[in-house]
Amino acid sequence: MSASDTTRSYLDYGHSALRRWMLTREMAIVALLVLVVIVSCFTVPYYADKMTIYYLCQNMLPNLMIALPMALVMIAADIDVSVGSMVGLSCSLLGLLYAAGVPFVLAMLIALAVGAVGGFLNGWLVTRINLPALAVTIGTMAMFRGIAVGMLGTRTITNFPASWTAVAQWEIGSTGIPVTMLVFVALLVAFIALLHFTSFGRGVFAIGLNKQAAAFAGVNVRRTRLILFTLTGVVSALSGVYWTLLYSTARGDVGSGLELQVIAAVVLGGVSVFGGRGAIHGVVAGVLLIGALTSALQLTGVTAEVINIITGVLLIGSVLVAAFTPWLRDKRPHTATEKGGTQP
Amino acid sequence: MNGLGAFLRRIVRSREISIVIAFVVIVAATTSVNSHFLFSADGWKQLLINPTMLVALAIGEAFVIITKSFDLSVGSVLGLTAFMVGSMYLAWPQMPVIVAFLFAIALGTLLGFVNGGLVALAKVPGMVITLGTMYIYRGIDILWAGTKRINATNMSQDFLAFGNAQILTIPALAILAVVVLAGASWYLRNMRSGREFYAIGSAPDAAELCGLAIGRRRLAAFTISGAMAGLAGAMFAARYGTVASDAGTGFELQAIGAAVIGGVAIVGGSGTVIGAALGALLLTTINSALPVLGISSLWQQAVVGILIIGAITLDRTLAARRARLLVAERMRT
Amino acid sequence: MTTGGPGPTLELVDVSKNFGTVAALRHGSLRLDPGSIHALVGENGAGKSTLVKIIAGVYQRDSGTVTLEGQPVDFRNTAEARAAGIAVIYQEPTLFPDLSVTENIFMGRQLVGRFARIDRTAMRAQVVDLMTRLGVSIDPDRPTQGLSIADQQIIEIAKAISLDAKVLIMDEPTAALSGVEVERLFAVARSLRDEGRALAFISHRFDEVFSLCDMITVMRDGSYISTQAIADTDEPAIVRLMVGRDVGDMFPKAEAAIGDVVLDVSGLTSPGMFADISFQVRSGEIVSLAGLVGAGRSEVVRAVFGVDPYTAGRVTVEGKPLPPHSPTAAMHAGLALVPEDRHLQGLVVEESVGTNITDAIRRTLSRHGFITRHRENESAQTWAGALDVKCSALDALASTLSGGNQQKVVLAKWLACDPKVLIIDEPTRGIDVGTKSEVHRRMSDLACHGLAILMISSELPEVLGMADRVLVMHEGRITAEFDRANATAENIMFAATHNASELVAS
Repeated sequence: MSASDTTRSYLDYGHSALRRWMLTREMAIVALLVLVVIVSCFTVPYYADKMTIYYLCQNMLPNLMIALPMALVMIAADIDVSVGSMVGLSCSLLGLLYAAGVPFVLAMLIALAVGAVGGFLNGWLVTRINLPALAVTIGTMAMFRGIAVGMLGTRTITNFPASWTAVAQWEIGSTGIPVTMLVFVALLVAFIALLHFTSFGRGVFAIGLNKQAAAFAGVNVRRTRLILFTLTGVVSALSGVYWTLLYSTARGDVGSGLELQVIAAVVLGGVSVFGGRGAIHGVVAGVLLIGALTSALQLTGVTAEVINIITGVLLIGSVLVAAFTPWLRDKRPHTATEKGGTQP
Repeated sequence: MNGLGAFLRRIVRSREISIVIAFVVIVAATTSVNSHFLFSADGWKQLLINPTMLVALAIGEAFVIITKSFDLSVGSVLGLTAFMVGSMYLAWPQMPVIVAFLFAIALGTLLGFVNGGLVALAKVPGMVITLGTMYIYRGIDILWAGTKRINATNMSQDFLAFGNAQILTIPALAILAVVVLAGASWYLRNMRSGREFYAIGSAPDAAELCGLAIGRRRLAAFTISGAMAGLAGAMFAARYGTVASDAGTGFELQAIGAAVIGGVAIVGGSGTVIGAALGALLLTTINSALPVLGISSLWQQAVVGILIIGAITLDRTLAARRARLLVAERMRT
Repeated sequence: MTTGGPGPTLELVDVSKNFGTVAALRHGSLRLDPGSIHALVGENGAGKSTLVKIIAGVYQRDSGTVTLEGQPVDFRNTAEARAAGIAVIYQEPTLFPDLSVTENIFMGRQLVGRFARIDRTAMRAQVVDLMTRLGVSIDPDRPTQGLSIADQQIIEIAKAISLDAKVLIMDEPTAALSGVEVERLFAVARSLRDEGRALAFISHRFDEVFSLCDMITVMRDGSYISTQAIADTDEPAIVRLMVGRDVGDMFPKAEAAIGDVVLDVSGLTSPGMFADISFQVRSGEIVSLAGLVGAGRSEVVRAVFGVDPYTAGRVTVEGKPLPPHSPTAAMHAGLALVPEDRHLQGLVVEESVGTNITDAIRRTLSRHGFITRHRENESAQTWAGALDVKCSALDALASTLSGGNQQKVVLAKWLACDPKVLIIDEPTRGIDVGTKSEVHRRMSDLACHGLAILMISSELPEVLGMADRVLVMHEGRITAEFDRANATAENIMFAATHNASELVAS
């Protein structure tokens, strides 16, 4: 059949592409982030300091890294609450292996492999046994943490090789940005490409909105979800390795509560809690917003508890906003069509 | 079918019975290692009094899970109410025990109502909202408490005595927990509104067609969960006499774990509060049995995790098998 | 009821209902009299189910009047409708799988004793009575999970009877029932009628309509067409009213050169769904799978396409065997499936039109593994234009389109794959007449271009007009095959309602 006998354009969106992009929820979070940073720079002493950036980057790096695969998992309408425990597991495993005389590089690789296995276990239970992701990962959250704490006991392992731990402290030139941020940038590029510029990513969105329709369109739903859980496990383990290097310490309780911070940031960044909607730039902005706010408040002497309250309020506020914006959005097309109907 | 096979199948199907058996086995094994575990005045008391808080939380959590949702804020609610009870004793040292409990339950009810209200308003899974309120309630708790710690000396003697009192060797708190459990169980089983929780969790769309008040029941489930967490907060204060701002941290996972292990289906619609309470009893007992059996109690969380995964996998496989058998049966006829 | 005089029990006049831009019901009217069974017929998408849901309080009407025993009523929810004495049996059973049969029947209005305590004994006794009256033996204490559709339907009926309703509406209750079960249901319906209740019966099976009902109302395209006494009309007249024209002339299947076998299915079996399904589709040919809802037709094509697994048999495309349970492999081999349910299977309705059109070709669109919005839009624009999809822009959500345009999007999505075999499940369900003939013309064109088309349709005129060959399924088996010359509404309906041995005997 011929497809050329049409003059109709389907690309007239009414607004420019840039303007439509600027009007998304993600960009609202980016704008809020910029606002917080600018206001803080002028009102909070030492905020615009290199050291603030340095510590902000170091502290937020695990959240930033884990938020990337978590965003994909949540866009596919799953969830993984075991990430914080996986950070603790990989950290204590790395410590134990190194203390037992395993070469450090090999120990790191094993820690990452355990992350992959743990993530795969989550994905396997979810896709093969057909269990709800939240229930499975609540179970593995307790299990991973229990293994970490159980193996290491109350011990703390220190004295990691200085050549490695020093890397975590390097900064790029004198910019104040730690060199480890490059790892995040590499992951960021990879995840943006994966989610927004591959057919795999298109499948992730389709799965999140309608698994059945996705399967009918040839998306391998099971395999895609399995891959996402495995990726989340690997990146969580990577964060655990990073934490170990940064503080040159291995403990079992590392990463407690991290899952909640990450999920809060991902939802804040515009990923729908029902799946199918979201973008990486929004997620990164969500993590950074919580981080920037936290460091600003800390510098003004506000305690960490208030920051927790703010995180919770931001999370609930963002889902409330999301709940009411479709209602607002619904109003607009209606008026538009009515107008379109009366106009010649 | 031989008798033994049928017997085993019945046990696997009745989660309550299998938990009781697991409980007896653990208590027997542990007691055989160290007879003090059961056969000492303190051992007996600990065995009954330790699970009471978790039982209360698990009852509330069961209400929420049966309606197809989750409440992650119960640990924070427990912490906040426990601290409030302690603080009230600072201001009013002779406050009667009953008043302390009522205030704790009232605060818990309010916090649970906020959860349910937000869930209804935002129309999102309860898990997301209670994740937020978990932060907020804990934050308020820490903000209020700071590094302060309420000690036994701050509370009234009556209150502490109640927390450790025994009636015919059975701790008062355990009796309280059983009374609450009996009430909740009776309500869920015998009241119209109680049955509606199950209907809503089993098939929300059908519940809608049936004209059930879904919003009101969901709100009620979260409110009850909050009230139970408030009760657990008062129990915590009475039992331990000291309350810091980290009281109840991580209890939300244990509560969900207890309910799920006790046979409350994670996808909603089935399970009993008695099962959830037995799950709580089993978890707590495993926790205290591990050190006696020579395993560090630090492994307890791993055991909880494995039990949760085992329980949901078992539920799922049994359901799938039942469905297969029914289809096969239908094909034969 | 005897003192109520001759007035209708329930009357709807000129009721309408829109969903967004889609008019599900334009002018719905219905008058149910006490002591009578009223048939409501119409093609799929004629608005019958919407009308029923308005009566039941599931939807609120946009305009029109509803009166119950002379009083205007306005049900805001199902509980109000039920309290007013209206019981509805829906197409799909709406039971609580975890709860017992007894609880399902009484949910929301359980019998209570002292202290508002639920009286299980009394409820159970009532259920036992109900089951005896219905002549079935279903354990009142078992959960409804795992019950057959027929048994679930029986429970819905028991629920409606126990309500002691003034009005009972049955929306295709017999679709999944066997002959004996249907007879039992009819006996109950007649006894309810004789008690003076008003019943409405929606069905596609004319033999049932004519043997059970007293009055008949026809609907078409969301509007009321006519009401007659059953005694005054016959089946061809009703069909003409339903379709709005004489059957046969509206379906322009052009003669196409029929070529080699493209799709070859042999011995396909999936326990509980279908058994020993064998057929071939040649290029340029339109083969129709006819049969009643629930005969297993959709299940067969889903298995062929690899969405569902099967236990025995094989599928070959152009001589090459297709691995089971892999839609990706099926797509590679040149299969395309336009599924039955547009909202659940055909489209991701919350996605944009553009994304939906390119969903199935997203792999071929990517270059070096990367895909861009630009390339997607280019391709989507081509195909949206080719099928004349009416939407404001490619980023419009598919949910905002009318049913007909949604179907065009699904067609565009699969034609973009350049398939050799197009499987279409209910090609024109729920779409307006204009788009309907457009879809039919398109299918005929495609066949002329050498595509092999396998079509499932529950609309006999469509089957008779479009198909070169008709395969009829009954209870999971192919019971008859007719070529275009021999296919008639009568012999297809007969084959669809009888199993193979009965066919031989007749």
